Amino acid sequence: MPEHIVKSYEQELKRLSALITGMGGMVEAQVAAACEAILHKDGEAANRAIESDPKVDAMEREVEQDVIRLLALRQPMAQDLRHIVAGLKITGDMERIGDYAANVAKRSIVLTQFNLPFALSGLSHMARLVQENLKLIVDAFGESDTDKALLVWRSDEAIDEIYNALFRELITYMMEDPRYITPCTHLLFIAKNLERIGDHATNIAETIYYAVRGIPLTDARPKGDVSAYAVVRPADDQ
Amino acid sequence: MSSTMNETSARMPEVDAAVADRARISIRNLDFFYGSNRALKSIFLDLPEGKVTGMIGPSGCGKSTLLRVLNRMYDLYPGQRATGEVLLDGENVIAPGIDLNQLRSRIGMVFQKPTPFPMSIYENISFGVKLHERLSKSAMDERVEWSLTRAALWDEVKDRLNTSAGGLSGGQQQRLCIARTIAVRPEVILLDEPTSALDPISTLKIEELIDELKRDFTIVIVTHNMQQAARIADQVAFFYLGEMVEVGAAAQMFTAPSERRTQEYITGRFG
Repeated sequence: MPEHIVKSYEQELKRLSALITGMGGMVEAQVAAACEAILHKDGEAANRAIESDPKVDAMEREVEQDVIRLLALRQPMAQDLRHIVAGLKITGDMERIGDYAANVAKRSIVLTQFNLPFALSGLSHMARLVQENLKLIVDAFGESDTDKALLVWRSDEAIDEIYNALFRELITYMMEDPRYITPCTHLLFIAKNLERIGDHATNIAETIYYAVRGIPLTDARPKGDVSAYAVVRPADDQ
Repeated sequence: MSSTMNETSARMPEVDAAVADRARISIRNLDFFYGSNRALKSIFLDLPEGKVTGMIGPSGCGKSTLLRVLNRMYDLYPGQRATGEVLLDGENVIAPGIDLNQLRSRIGMVFQKPTPFPMSIYENISFGVKLHERLSKSAMDERVEWSLTRAALWDEVKDRLNTSAGGLSGGQQQRLCIARTIAVRPEVILLDEPTSALDPISTLKIEELIDELKRDFTIVIVTHNMQQAARIADQVAFFYLGEMVEVGAAAQMFTAPSERRTQEYITGRFG
């Protein structure tokens, strides 16, 4: 697409994209730190993730201000309009991702008090997939790449499935020994937070798809989270 | 309906339903020539009844030319000719033998700059009516009041109907011209950049008026102001170099047009 006749408008649009990409990078690092904190009991990484949160919030406000200014002063149309509105929505999703990452980090600090007799391999796998999707979606925005956005959109089902398995696994641990109720509840919330981060990445994928192509992604997204209906019974009842 | 329009319909049926009504005017394979210069190229366009059609495009793209074809304004100039069909209720208005006076009473036009006659406000309205109808004094009074009321001007001028129209403000003069146009009860109203010489508040009043008038008239507006087209048009047609590039529901055209050239024009990347 050729550049705008009004150069300052072009610069403002580029600045908005750069801000959102920058915010994406920051959130990516925040989620990575939170995952590091939980998987390696790294208190320093946990603090990094928690301290990033106000910065992410501030970036969201900056994008919001820019978007309002662009809408008021430039009265954007067509792709520009979609891009600017998408920016607002995407930063909203990113801000939520940042909140979830900070929450994971806070819970990881609590978890250091417990010695868990089981490995966190499921959570580790889930964290890796979520981080991959997050990186991909930030790239998709920067490159206006709807193929990458679609890839994220479709791959969230795998994250949901791991979450379901983790849900059952953690409840089973709690049933086996009530002393694990506290750490496993934190782990459940952590898994749920990661699952929600995945959901926000798919929201961003849908937003990017519409912003670039001008048509909404209307197909039903493949969803795998069935934990809302899950019932895990003690062995005697089964 | 062009292929582009079909794509748009497939995409947002609920929006296009708003403009899918009966066509008051159907333009079929229309070409227009200024001497040997082909200013309009194979235009196909339906103007739906009771809707506002906005025409946008850079200067010289042919949108004003098309407006002038619709009520045969070009007949006043030698060397200008149109081929194809412009069907008003099935009758080709660019065919020879059409009664131009009658045509122009069915298709009224308002221009860029207000053009009140150097007469009183009352006479500005009654002048055109007298050419087509013989009304009693009381019937004419009623028609003048009706026209000025419909044009949202009555309350401002009812106490000075016999004063000169030249004393009105620019916005009032333009509304007077709209009142004069609707006084002969046309079916279609053509507006050629009707607010480009007006202040923002007068512009909003005209836009509100157009929104009111579309209940009874089919309206076509040429405007350079894209936001205005977005605000008041139900369907929008984009013209470039004498071609109609794309037509679609306004909401679709300004959020997600199908054609690259439309996109580049409305986002300010060329033109």
